[in-house]
Amino acid sequence: MSVTATIRIQEADFDVAQEIAALTKGRTDIGAVVSFSGICRGSEDGEPIAALTLEHYPGMAEAEIARHADEALTRWPLQGLTIIHRFGRIAPGENIVLVVTASPHRQAAFEAAEFLMDYLKTNAPFWKREESEKGTSWIEARDHDDAAAARWTKP
Amino acid sequence: MKVKYFAWVRERIGIAEETVEPPADVRTVNDLIGWLSSRGEAYAYAFEKPKVIRAAIDHAHVKQDAVISGAREVAFFPPMTGG
Repeated sequence: MSVTATIRIQEADFDVAQEIAALTKGRTDIGAVVSFSGICRGSEDGEPIAALTLEHYPGMAEAEIARHADEALTRWPLQGLTIIHRFGRIAPGENIVLVVTASPHRQAAFEAAEFLMDYLKTNAPFWKREESEKGTSWIEARDHDDAAAARWTKP
Repeated sequence: MKVKYFAWVRERIGIAEETVEPPADVRTVNDLIGWLSSRGEAYAYAFEKPKVIRAAIDHAHVKQDAVISGAREVAFFPPMTGG
């Protein structure tokens, strides 16, 4: 059975439990579901933040996520895959991103979810701007995110 | 071709997108950065550290030595910080 990833880029919030239920409903072949939720923190380096605003590149964001979803489906025996990434203004405590992977056994589900998150952080065209009492500033990319993504590169 | 800017590159230049017709000797992404930088202070400021700038041609990441001929849309942006 071929698996098609569900990919959504949206301003609206999402319900993690509902997304997992949608992936597993009526299925008896799935043995493992891994979900990763990225949530907006209320502080950065000890400084409180009011909100994050996420800008994205419409068209390319979908294409880039779809490319990595296809690669995950090729590399791991997944039975289901959902990726949701929000844009716009996101308050502390709110969801930013969700990756749900389903497979017969846990290892593939864990690995595929980690692979997708590492690539989303470094390759998907989204940019975060942080609002605090000091004003707004763009969050800088981190080297350790690049290193995390690099470990999935095939030799 | 259409050129799009995102995040602080967009803010520094002051517009999100424009249509440009660079001269024939502007062959690569790197050439395009140089040519755009010559168009005014805002562009020069946005591209002051060209190595930091990422580029995409028609929605695919490219290196700065990529050839732009035939491109419909070139985009410039800082390193991504999604997820």
